[in-house]
Amino acid sequence: MKVKVLYFAALREQLGTSGEEIELPAGVGTLAALRAHLRGRGGAWQSALADGKLVRMAVNQDMAQPSAAIKAGDEVAFFPPVTGG
Amino acid sequence: MKVSVQAHDFDAGAEMRALSRDPKVGAVASFVGVVREVGMTLEHYPGMTERALQKIVEEARGRWQVLDYTVIHRVGPLQPTDQIVLVVVASAHRGDAFAACEFIMDYLKTQAPFWKKEAAGWVEARASDDRATERWVEPKNRLG
Repeated sequence: MKVKVLYFAALREQLGTSGEEIELPAGVGTLAALRAHLRGRGGAWQSALADGKLVRMAVNQDMAQPSAAIKAGDEVAFFPPVTGG
Repeated sequence: MKVSVQAHDFDAGAEMRALSRDPKVGAVASFVGVVREVGMTLEHYPGMTERALQKIVEEARGRWQVLDYTVIHRVGPLQPTDQIVLVVVASAHRGDAFAACEFIMDYLKTQAPFWKKEAAGWVEARASDDRATERWVEPKNRLG
């Protein structure tokens, strides 16, 4: 099951990428689980997505809670709290 | 009924006049945000940004009588004194126009995916902006 994952702003810089296609391992079915999976890459992923870090998430361009489900073909995004206006 | 995310500047006066041509309109409220003190670059999430702004406007239209609206947010490099955001709301009466305009700005601050980067680094989100959004939430819907 593949999803498109995008990273924005400070998170994009810390991770050194603006996005990727990810094949989700079995059992990774929510945003929280995906975040934990990415953290498992270690290094910048471990620190930028650490539990204490404020990270907002979206599924298919709608803000979503960590418990939100993700499915094949979804566009998922991770980003810092927004600062427009 | 316009939502625009754009690099170029806007003419607030022209946008307001455009919303006062309907004879049913008795009040046009507006807000212009301006870059203060230091230059910055605004990043956004193309697609989601427009979608988030549209959702915020629809929420405002569900709460107040809104005859027409214009929301413009700029992206890219901006200098001090540059205009950054415009919200205009046209209603029959001022109460609806003022409230809807303030509501849209407060929600935009915490819900629309824009990020400011200054020379010193990324601007941190402020808790006061979360509180400004929170005050519009009905007590029964409030988290925690």
